[in-house]
Amino acid sequence: MIDAEIPEHLLKTKRGEPVTLLEAISEALFEEMVDDDRVFLLGEDIGVYGGAFKVTRGFLSYFGSERVIDTPIAEGGFTGAAAGAAHMGLRPVVEMQFMDFISPAYDVITNYIATSLYRGAGPMPLVIRGPVGGGNRGGPFHSQNVEMAFFHTPGLKIVYPSTPYDAKGLLKAAIRDDNPVIFEEHKALYRAPALREVLPDDDFVVPLGKARTVREGGHLTIVTYGAMVHKSVEAAETLEREDGVSAEVLDLRTLLPLDDHAIVESVKKTGRLLIVHEDTRTGGIAGEIAMRVSEKAFEWLDAPMLRVTAIDAPVPYSGSLEDYFLPQTDDVVKAARYLAGY
Amino acid sequence: MLAPTVRAAGAIFLFGGELVDFFRQYLGRGSGPTRGREANVHWVDFPRGILGPVSHLGTMIEVMAGVTLAFRLRGEERIGMVFYGDGASSTGAWHEGLNFAAVQRCPLILVVENNQWAFSTPTHKTTRLPSLSAKGPGYGIDAESVDGTDVLAVFDATRRAAVLARAGEGTRMIELRYYRRLGHAQHDAQEYVDPSEIAEWEKRDPIELYRARMLTNDWATERDLEAIDREVIEQCRAAAERAMAEPLPEGEEAVEGVYTDVSPGIPWTRSMHPDPAMARGVT
Repeated sequence: MIDAEIPEHLLKTKRGEPVTLLEAISEALFEEMVDDDRVFLLGEDIGVYGGAFKVTRGFLSYFGSERVIDTPIAEGGFTGAAAGAAHMGLRPVVEMQFMDFISPAYDVITNYIATSLYRGAGPMPLVIRGPVGGGNRGGPFHSQNVEMAFFHTPGLKIVYPSTPYDAKGLLKAAIRDDNPVIFEEHKALYRAPALREVLPDDDFVVPLGKARTVREGGHLTIVTYGAMVHKSVEAAETLEREDGVSAEVLDLRTLLPLDDHAIVESVKKTGRLLIVHEDTRTGGIAGEIAMRVSEKAFEWLDAPMLRVTAIDAPVPYSGSLEDYFLPQTDDVVKAARYLAGY
Repeated sequence: MLAPTVRAAGAIFLFGGELVDFFRQYLGRGSGPTRGREANVHWVDFPRGILGPVSHLGTMIEVMAGVTLAFRLRGEERIGMVFYGDGASSTGAWHEGLNFAAVQRCPLILVVENNQWAFSTPTHKTTRLPSLSAKGPGYGIDAESVDGTDVLAVFDATRRAAVLARAGEGTRMIELRYYRRLGHAQHDAQEYVDPSEIAEWEKRDPIELYRARMLTNDWATERDLEAIDREVIEQCRAAAERAMAEPLPEGEEAVEGVYTDVSPGIPWTRSMHPDPAMARGVT
């Protein structure tokens, strides 16, 4: 430890102040590093600069350069190195500067990290985290959602929080998990003022693999995650107000393993299912969810299962294009209205 | 920690790997080191410090960079050795792993087995450099080339590198120059190689050369060496027979060990439930 003073901005919860989703993530990382000296960080510009989004601001001076490692620009190399350190009992947390840049590490994640336990090389307790998502005019390479590139890989877990509380609790659970976890943080939620909340000042975790009912409802189920949780809730409120339709909104929180039970129970209650995701359409998680509901709750369905998603295109830069590309609240309202009246 | 290639079984035996496990692994036995999960020559034996190879060449250099980073971060005197071939020296993973290890001064020894052939591609088609150790200075690390047919020269070079790596001198590279006398695998008849090239290298069989040296120096007699040959062949035969007599794993073990805590479940068509909606804990 270089500097014994904990940076002020990491003590908001201790002071009872509300935190943003980004601050919740910083607190989770910081607390886990304090509590467990096996936890260390690897990534581009995370030390002196504090990370492209300043998630690790102040970490270097507190923990030193052996636990906050600025890496060469080589996502495959440092993710592979994280795997090696995990073999030796450390618990690395890798930051992708943007999750779009996880693609050079696809090889080592899918072929090595995800298979390690199964191949007899032992557990792989590591987290790969970073910013995802569109709406920030970032263009094709600073806006992607990467979950479906990894959803097909047994051995990985994928987490995608929508609130500061969940972000902190899920990240702590991910760091303590003995399996490799890909942790997606939506940039539009990072500093969203409306999401700021006061968190419990204790060592809480949110278990992986459990969805959360954000809003109870009886007429239809909206299954969603990430930034779309907030658009879906907004849509549900519009439907309640304008149509008297009550929509249940389920936030998946963990995408892999998927909480089938929560999805199926909600569909059995409402008989109608709308799946909303910001990721592109073809090969999106909606297809898998619909298949599972077909297997487990077909007879409870009163309407076809529908989805609202981004368009099958690279994420465009220009505002007008990106807004058209992304699923919007109005799309959710329209689809839910159709379903409710089916 | 050791990360061998598929051709470095000798290194595994030096780490305590047992012959019977070699055959169990090859035959996919449930009793084998990877319980029938990994391929025939991908011998993972973590308790013995052996991280087996994966087919994606270069990956193990990245992984061993991290293994040895952990040694350095914890102030341990342990070191790692990662083996790879002339072919893997072209991959991006090789570059990224080596560069990371060099920058972080990881106590890692890279051992490149330059056997002149990557499947059917000769080394001169994969690099303009006269030797693979010439790549070392590009990463700011010490590297040397050794006659890989000279057992004692290899031993000396390895010992020197190990001493320096343990002393905190960071990452280093040893190129072993020798020859792949047979094809890439059993299916490969090696038609792309000039037979005279093989004949030349066969004169430099490292085992034959070392036998001659032992005899010349009176380190052993012909009888001693023949006794060792007979003993080793007998051990191999016994180990192979033992492994062959052991069963394959139960099929349903395929669902185990994907995660430490959750299971993919049994396919419902193989469960007792005729209706998928009624089948619980299955997929």
